[in-house]
Amino acid sequence: MIPLLYYFIVSGILFSIGIYGLISKRNAIRLLFAVEIIINAALINFVAFSRYLVEPSATGQLFVMFGIALAAAEAATGLSIILVTFRLNNDIDVGELNKLKG
Amino acid sequence: MIEFFDIIFIVISVFTILTAILSLESRELMYGAMSLAASFLGVAGLFVLLNATFLAMLQILVFVGAIAVLILFTVMLVRRDKWIKDGNIRTRLLGLVTAVILSLGLIFVGMISNLNNWFANDIILSFIDIGNDMILNYSLVLNILAVVLGVSIIGALTMAKLDKGDKK
Repeated sequence: MIPLLYYFIVSGILFSIGIYGLISKRNAIRLLFAVEIIINAALINFVAFSRYLVEPSATGQLFVMFGIALAAAEAATGLSIILVTFRLNNDIDVGELNKLKG
Repeated sequence: MIEFFDIIFIVISVFTILTAILSLESRELMYGAMSLAASFLGVAGLFVLLNATFLAMLQILVFVGAIAVLILFTVMLVRRDKWIKDGNIRTRLLGLVTAVILSLGLIFVGMISNLNNWFANDIILSFIDIGNDMILNYSLVLNILAVVLGVSIIGALTMAKLDKGDKK
């Protein structure tokens, strides 16, 4: 049997990888990759903790379902923002996007 | 003693973590998108190990089938060669230090808690339990989520559509 700690460690490492990507990358698509990795880490934690409850309940799995739907909505909106940015600026480097700077 | 499931768990976790690193660090953005899809598959494998077959199905359907393909098409539309070198050495070092400190801290917190003594219960939830809980207890969340999905898709379409004026 695998204790809960191992799932926790795996999801923590995935979360750290996502944070690394968010800090170090400047390409907007890579930032979106990092956000997706962070969402997946959170989903693993939800499922693992709901499986290891003493009294079984489907609520953890349900919230993972809702989270997957939210991730899909986020990806659609983010990718269309990236497309529009590319069309307007011919670039998706987030360091170059300073049109809104006062 | 190492059992069969432990070996499967280790293989799937190492695969997931390695492909996640590769998706951020690969030189070509296209390979990054593909290894991100592989990482989603690894997470689906972890769901299967956790007896959440329905979620594994949904994960493959939505993440691998829809989001990864969407990302692939966007990468094809916006690809440029100058993005092969991404991020300078300073931000990369900062990110690396932060990630290492964060993961070590999370592992330490897990070690000193009693998560190591928690083992899974034997009850397997069927699809019927999930459906009952969804309809009976969380139907409002489901409806709000439907509205959110619809609004986000309408917003994405409105943003991405070409107006008559700005044709290049």
